[in-house]
Amino acid sequence: MTNPITAPSVDADAALVAQAQGGDAAAFTELVRRHDKKIFRLARHITESDEDAEDVLQESFLKAYSHLGGFEGGSKFYTWLVRIAVNESLMKLRKRKSDKFVSLDEPVETEEENIVREIAVWNSPETKYSQKELRGILDDAVTGLSPIYRAVFVLRDIEELSIEETAAILDLSVAAVKTRLLRARLQLREKLTRIFKRKGDDLLAYL
Amino acid sequence: MLTCKDFLTSLSDYLDQTADADARRKVEDHINSCPNCWVVHDTTKKTVQIYKGLEPQTLPDDVQDRLMAALEKKMARGST
Repeated sequence: MTNPITAPSVDADAALVAQAQGGDAAAFTELVRRHDKKIFRLARHITESDEDAEDVLQESFLKAYSHLGGFEGGSKFYTWLVRIAVNESLMKLRKRKSDKFVSLDEPVETEEENIVREIAVWNSPETKYSQKELRGILDDAVTGLSPIYRAVFVLRDIEELSIEETAAILDLSVAAVKTRLLRARLQLREKLTRIFKRKGDDLLAYL
Repeated sequence: MLTCKDFLTSLSDYLDQTADADARRKVEDHINSCPNCWVVHDTTKKTVQIYKGLEPQTLPDDVQDRLMAALEKKMARGST
Protein backbone atom coordinates (compact mmCIF):
# COMPACT_ATOMS: atom_id res chain seq x y z
CA MET A 1 0.00 0.00 0.00
CA THR A 2 1.40 3.36 -0.97
CA ASN A 3 -0.46 5.81 1.23
CA PRO A 4 1.28 6.64 4.46
CA ILE A 5 -0.82 6.23 7.56
CA THR A 6 -2.13 9.62 8.53
CA ALA A 7 -2.43 9.48 12.28
CA PRO A 8 -3.91 12.71 13.60
CA SER A 9 -1.39 14.22 15.93
CA VAL A 10 -1.99 13.59 19.60
CA ASP A 11 -0.82 17.07 20.57
CA ALA A 12 -3.27 18.74 18.21
CA ASP A 13 -6.02 16.59 19.73
CA ALA A 14 -5.04 17.72 23.21
CA ALA A 15 -5.23 21.39 22.19
CA LEU A 16 -8.65 20.88 20.60
CA VAL A 17 -9.89 19.01 23.69
CA ALA A 18 -8.82 21.91 25.91
CA GLN A 19 -10.62 24.39 23.64
CA ALA A 20 -13.73 22.23 23.49
CA GLN A 21 -13.72 21.88 27.29
CA GLY A 22 -13.67 25.67 27.42
CA GLY A 23 -16.91 25.72 25.43
CA ASP A 24 -15.57 26.00 21.87
CA ALA A 25 -18.08 23.96 19.83
CA ALA A 26 -16.07 24.33 16.63
CA ALA A 27 -13.10 22.66 18.32
CA PHE A 28 -15.24 19.67 19.21
CA THR A 29 -16.58 19.49 15.66
CA GLU A 30 -12.98 19.40 14.44
CA LEU A 31 -12.26 16.48 16.80
CA VAL A 32 -15.26 14.67 15.34
CA ARG A 33 -14.04 15.27 11.78
CA ARG A 34 -10.60 13.94 12.66
CA HIS A 35 -11.85 10.67 14.04
CA ASP A 36 -15.29 9.92 12.60
CA LYS A 37 -14.01 7.70 9.76
CA LYS A 38 -12.02 5.49 12.08
CA ILE A 39 -14.77 5.25 14.68
CA PHE A 40 -17.28 4.26 11.97
CA ARG A 41 -14.89 1.63 10.62
CA LEU A 42 -14.27 0.26 14.10
CA ALA A 43 -18.00 0.09 14.82
CA ARG A 44 -18.69 -1.62 11.48
CA HIS A 45 -16.03 -4.20 12.17
CA ILE A 46 -17.33 -5.03 15.62
CA THR A 47 -21.09 -4.84 14.96
CA GLU A 48 -20.93 -6.13 11.36
CA SER A 49 -23.82 -3.84 10.51
CA ASP A 50 -23.88 -0.44 8.76
CA GLU A 51 -27.00 0.56 10.63
CA ASP A 52 -25.64 -0.35 14.07
CA ALA A 53 -22.33 1.27 13.18
CA GLU A 54 -24.07 4.55 12.41
CA ASP A 55 -25.87 4.43 15.75
CA VAL A 56 -22.59 3.71 17.50
CA LEU A 57 -20.91 6.58 15.66
CA GLN A 58 -23.54 9.08 16.79
CA GLU A 59 -23.87 7.76 20.31
CA SER A 60 -20.12 7.70 20.83
CA PHE A 61 -19.57 11.31 19.84
CA LEU A 62 -22.64 12.50 21.74
CA LYS A 63 -21.39 10.68 24.83
CA ALA A 64 -17.90 12.06 24.35
CA TYR A 65 -19.40 15.56 24.13
CA SER A 66 -21.47 15.10 27.28
CA HIS A 67 -18.55 13.66 29.26
CA LEU A 68 -15.79 15.84 27.90
CA GLY A 69 -15.68 17.80 31.14
CA GLY A 70 -14.66 14.63 32.95
CA PHE A 71 -11.93 13.71 30.48
CA GLU A 72 -8.67 14.47 32.21
CA GLY A 73 -6.12 14.03 29.50
CA GLY A 74 -4.34 11.25 31.38
CA SER A 75 -4.96 9.11 28.32
CA LYS A 76 -5.12 10.08 24.68
CA PHE A 77 -8.43 11.48 23.50
CA TYR A 78 -8.55 8.94 20.69
CA THR A 79 -8.06 5.99 23.07
CA TRP A 80 -10.79 7.38 25.30
CA LEU A 81 -13.09 7.71 22.30
CA VAL A 82 -12.30 4.18 21.12
CA ARG A 83 -13.19 2.86 24.55
CA ILE A 84 -16.61 4.55 24.36
CA ALA A 85 -17.16 3.25 20.80
CA VAL A 86 -16.12 -0.30 21.68
CA ASN A 87 -18.54 -0.36 24.62
CA GLU A 88 -21.36 0.98 22.47
CA SER A 89 -20.55 -1.57 19.75
CA LEU A 90 -20.50 -4.49 22.17
CA MET A 91 -23.83 -3.36 23.60
CA LYS A 92 -25.31 -3.42 20.08
CA LEU A 93 -23.85 -6.83 19.44
CA ARG A 94 -25.24 -8.22 22.67
CA LYS A 95 -28.65 -6.69 22.07
CA ARG A 96 -28.86 -8.19 18.60
CA LYS A 97 -27.69 -11.60 19.62
CA SER A 98 -29.68 -11.65 22.82
CA ASP A 99 -30.18 -15.40 22.57
CA LYS A 100 -26.44 -15.91 22.48
CA PHE A 101 -24.58 -13.74 24.99
CA VAL A 102 -21.42 -12.38 23.48
CA SER A 103 -18.57 -12.75 25.89
CA LEU A 104 -15.04 -11.63 25.19
CA ASP A 105 -13.87 -13.76 28.08
CA GLU A 106 -14.62 -17.18 26.71
CA PRO A 107 -11.54 -19.38 26.68
CA VAL A 108 -9.71 -19.90 23.42
CA GLU A 109 -9.34 -23.55 22.70
CA THR A 110 -7.87 -24.01 19.25
CA GLU A 111 -4.17 -24.76 19.25
CA GLU A 112 -2.15 -22.45 17.00
CA GLU A 113 -0.80 -25.26 14.88
CA ASN A 114 -4.33 -26.40 14.05
CA ILE A 115 -5.07 -23.01 12.50
CA VAL A 116 -2.19 -23.18 10.04
CA ARG A 117 -3.00 -25.29 6.99
CA GLU A 118 -2.27 -23.32 3.86
CA ILE A 119 1.45 -22.98 3.26
CA ALA A 120 1.90 -20.90 0.12
CA VAL A 121 3.52 -17.59 -0.78
CA TRP A 122 1.36 -14.67 -1.89
CA ASN A 123 1.12 -13.37 -5.40
CA SER A 124 1.41 -9.60 -4.68
CA PRO A 125 -2.25 -8.81 -3.86
CA GLU A 126 -1.57 -5.04 -3.91
CA THR A 127 -0.97 -5.14 -7.64
CA LYS A 128 -3.51 -7.85 -8.51
CA TYR A 129 -6.52 -6.19 -6.92
CA SER A 130 -7.91 -2.67 -6.96
CA GLN A 131 -8.04 -0.83 -3.62
CA LYS A 132 -11.79 -1.41 -3.58
CA GLU A 133 -11.53 -5.15 -4.21
CA LEU A 134 -8.77 -5.49 -1.66
CA ARG A 135 -10.78 -3.61 0.95
CA GLY A 136 -13.71 -5.95 0.31
CA ILE A 137 -11.55 -9.06 0.70
CA LEU A 138 -9.92 -7.76 3.88
CA ASP A 139 -13.24 -6.67 5.41
CA ASP A 140 -14.86 -10.03 4.66
CA ALA A 141 -11.96 -11.88 6.26
CA VAL A 142 -12.25 -9.86 9.49
CA THR A 143 -16.01 -10.26 9.53
CA GLY A 144 -15.55 -14.03 9.50
CA LEU A 145 -13.64 -13.99 12.80
CA SER A 146 -15.51 -14.68 16.01
CA PRO A 147 -16.07 -11.61 18.23
CA ILE A 148 -13.36 -12.57 20.75
CA TYR A 149 -10.71 -12.45 18.02
CA ARG A 150 -12.23 -9.68 15.97
CA ALA A 151 -12.24 -7.03 18.68
CA VAL A 152 -8.60 -7.67 19.59
CA PHE A 153 -7.42 -7.69 15.98
CA VAL A 154 -9.34 -4.53 15.07
CA LEU A 155 -7.98 -2.54 18.01
CA ARG A 156 -4.41 -3.77 17.75
CA ASP A 157 -3.76 -4.20 14.03
CA ILE A 158 -6.28 -1.91 12.36
CA GLU A 159 -6.58 0.93 14.89
CA GLU A 160 -2.98 0.34 15.90
CA LEU A 161 -3.45 0.66 19.64
CA SER A 162 -0.82 -0.94 21.87
CA ILE A 163 -1.30 -4.35 23.44
CA GLU A 164 -1.75 -2.62 26.81
CA GLU A 165 -4.34 -0.15 25.50
CA THR A 166 -6.23 -2.99 23.81
CA ALA A 167 -6.20 -4.98 27.05
CA ALA A 168 -7.49 -2.03 29.08
CA ILE A 169 -10.30 -1.23 26.63
CA LEU A 170 -11.52 -4.82 26.37
CA ASP A 171 -10.95 -5.54 30.04
CA LEU A 172 -8.68 -8.48 29.24
CA SER A 173 -5.25 -9.38 30.55
CA VAL A 174 -2.19 -8.60 28.40
CA ALA A 175 -1.60 -12.34 28.06
CA ALA A 176 -5.17 -12.92 26.83
CA VAL A 177 -4.80 -10.13 24.26
CA LYS A 178 -1.56 -11.65 22.99
CA THR A 179 -3.05 -15.14 22.63
CA ARG A 180 -6.11 -13.83 20.81
CA LEU A 181 -4.07 -11.55 18.61
CA LEU A 182 -1.83 -14.39 17.47
CA ARG A 183 -4.80 -16.61 16.71
CA ALA A 184 -6.65 -13.83 14.92
CA ARG A 185 -3.59 -13.10 12.79
CA LEU A 186 -3.14 -16.78 11.95
CA GLN A 187 -6.80 -17.20 11.04
CA LEU A 188 -6.68 -14.17 8.77
CA ARG A 189 -3.42 -15.37 7.24
CA GLU A 190 -5.15 -18.64 6.48
CA LYS A 191 -8.14 -16.99 4.80
CA LEU A 192 -6.03 -14.51 2.85
CA THR A 193 -3.56 -17.17 1.73
CA ARG A 194 -6.40 -19.13 0.16
CA ILE A 195 -7.22 -16.05 -1.91
CA PHE A 196 -3.77 -14.60 -2.54
CA LYS A 197 -1.65 -17.69 -3.16
CA ARG A 198 -0.06 -18.23 -6.53
CA LYS A 199 -1.95 -20.78 -8.58
CA GLY A 200 -0.43 -24.25 -8.47
CA ASP A 201 2.06 -23.13 -5.88
CA ASP A 202 0.74 -24.68 -2.72
CA LEU A 203 3.10 -26.93 -0.88
CA LEU A 204 6.22 -26.43 -2.94
CA ALA A 205 5.98 -22.67 -3.01
CA TYR A 206 9.34 -22.12 -1.39
CA LEU A 207 11.43 -24.50 -3.44
CA MET B 1 16.45 -24.92 18.34
CA LEU B 2 12.76 -24.00 18.35
CA THR B 3 10.17 -26.52 17.29
CA CYS B 4 7.58 -25.41 14.72
CA LYS B 5 5.07 -25.15 17.55
CA ASP B 6 7.39 -22.90 19.61
CA PHE B 7 7.99 -20.80 16.52
CA LEU B 8 4.24 -20.18 16.11
CA THR B 9 3.88 -19.20 19.76
CA SER B 10 6.68 -16.64 19.39
CA LEU B 11 5.53 -15.26 16.05
CA SER B 12 3.41 -12.32 17.24
CA ASP B 13 6.07 -11.00 19.60
CA TYR B 14 8.63 -11.39 16.84
CA LEU B 15 6.52 -9.47 14.32
CA ASP B 16 5.70 -6.75 16.86
CA GLN B 17 9.40 -6.49 17.70
CA THR B 18 8.68 -7.01 21.36
CA ALA B 19 10.76 -10.20 21.55
CA ASP B 20 14.20 -9.84 23.19
CA ALA B 21 17.39 -10.41 21.18
CA ASP B 22 17.72 -14.02 22.22
CA ALA B 23 14.12 -14.85 21.29
CA ARG B 24 14.49 -13.03 17.96
CA ARG B 25 17.59 -14.99 17.09
CA LYS B 26 15.83 -18.26 17.89
CA VAL B 27 12.93 -17.38 15.57
CA GLU B 28 15.36 -16.34 12.82
CA ASP B 29 17.38 -19.54 13.18
CA HIS B 30 14.19 -21.53 12.91
CA ILE B 31 12.74 -19.83 9.83
CA ASN B 32 16.09 -19.95 8.06
CA SER B 33 16.11 -23.72 8.36
CA CYS B 34 12.37 -24.51 8.10
CA PRO B 35 10.89 -23.48 4.74
CA ASN B 36 7.27 -24.00 5.83
CA CYS B 37 7.66 -21.77 8.87
CA TRP B 38 9.44 -19.19 6.71
CA VAL B 39 6.32 -19.04 4.51
CA VAL B 40 4.02 -18.83 7.55
CA HIS B 41 6.17 -16.04 8.96
CA ASP B 42 6.22 -14.17 5.64
CA THR B 43 2.47 -14.42 5.01
CA THR B 44 1.55 -13.55 8.61
CA LYS B 45 3.81 -10.50 8.40
CA LYS B 46 2.09 -9.50 5.14
CA THR B 47 -1.33 -10.06 6.73
CA VAL B 48 -0.51 -7.60 9.51
CA GLN B 49 1.03 -5.10 7.07
CA ILE B 50 -1.83 -5.14 4.60
CA TYR B 51 -4.35 -4.25 7.33
CA LYS B 52 -2.14 -1.56 8.82
CA GLY B 53 -1.84 0.14 5.44
CA LEU B 54 -5.57 0.35 4.98
CA GLU B 55 -6.92 3.90 5.06
CA PRO B 56 -10.41 4.32 6.51
CA GLN B 57 -12.95 5.19 3.84
CA THR B 58 -14.61 8.57 4.03
CA LEU B 59 -18.03 8.47 5.63
CA PRO B 60 -21.00 8.20 3.29
CA ASP B 61 -22.43 11.76 2.90
CA ASP B 62 -25.75 10.91 4.51
CA VAL B 63 -24.06 9.28 7.51
CA GLN B 64 -21.86 12.35 7.95
CA ASP B 65 -24.86 14.70 7.62
CA ARG B 66 -26.88 12.83 10.23
CA LEU B 67 -23.89 12.77 12.60
CA MET B 68 -23.38 16.51 12.30
CA ALA B 69 -27.13 17.17 12.69
CA ALA B 70 -27.27 15.06 15.88
CA LEU B 71 -24.24 16.87 17.22
CA GLU B 72 -25.58 20.33 16.47
CA LYS B 73 -28.82 19.46 18.22
CA LYS B 74 -26.88 18.31 21.27
CA MET B 75 -24.65 21.38 21.28
CA ALA B 76 -27.63 23.69 20.95
CA ARG B 77 -28.95 22.19 24.17
CA GLY B 78 -25.58 22.95 25.73
CA SER B 79 -24.87 19.89 27.80
CA THR B 80 -21.15 20.07 28.51
